[in-house]
Amino acid sequence: MRTPISYFLILSGVLFSIGTVGVLIRRNALLIFMSVELQLNAVNLALVAFSRLHGNLTGQVLAFFSMVVAAAEVVVGLAIIVAVYRRARTVNVDAARELAG
Amino acid sequence: MPLDNVVFWVFAPVSVGSAIVMLTRRNAVHAALLLVVNLFCLSVMYLLLDAPFLFAVQIVVYAGAIMVLFLFVIMLLGVDRGDDLKERLLGQRPLAILLGVGVALELFLAVRAGVGLSTRAPPGFAEQVNADGNTQALAEVLFRDYFLPFEVTSILLIVAAIAAMVLAQRKAKAVTQAELDARAGGEVPAA
Repeated sequence: MRTPISYFLILSGVLFSIGTVGVLIRRNALLIFMSVELQLNAVNLALVAFSRLHGNLTGQVLAFFSMVVAAAEVVVGLAIIVAVYRRARTVNVDAARELAG
Repeated sequence: MPLDNVVFWVFAPVSVGSAIVMLTRRNAVHAALLLVVNLFCLSVMYLLLDAPFLFAVQIVVYAGAIMVLFLFVIMLLGVDRGDDLKERLLGQRPLAILLGVGVALELFLAVRAGVGLSTRAPPGFAEQVNADGNTQALAEVLFRDYFLPFEVTSILLIVAAIAAMVLAQRKAKAVTQAELDARAGGEVPAA
């Protein structure tokens, strides 16, 4: 293992930032959701990298839990997107403004 | 150049590139497929970090199940509805990109200060921690130290499944089609 751990952490940070930008600039709810997935995966990579750095499997277990939570989140989130689409006929987050004051 | 360095420098640019291109695609299906590429690259990183079980789980759960769910919903809602790339808030996009670069820079500095740029992981992870195989070692930690959280996640998954059914079910008699059409045409502007 010759690759410094920091390379993985920096890759994780870059992917997290790209996910952040995606959440901010896209208006399609599905693409915002995919950007959130990207962020979750970036954090998982950081967890596994720290697990390798400290020689401890807790980080991998935490990444495993984070995958479970991400799966639950995707299921509920996509169901909400489908429900919003049925009502508003669009997945554009700017168009769903029934609750806007 | 050692092999794991080569693998890292092959897959890291691909993952960053696919993530950036994902943000610029109008078509949601293309974006989903690019996200699959990105998830595969990340699973290779797990392999480099001596986590073969998470490598398999990443491919099966993320690239398999979650992305299929995404593609299914994209197909269900219609693929031809691209995102409109017109900016609504003036200057939001440059500001967002500036913020993203700032976050990346901040994380870089944090890693440099906290871990050190050339710190290598101590050797012997595969021999000591993963002695009987990564899956066995992970199972030992998961079912001994984190058994209660593990059981709680099963409740979470059941709740999520029920929530999805409740949220996505069609309420047959709530509104008539004419009312729906009027609502779609009147109050909400079409995308």
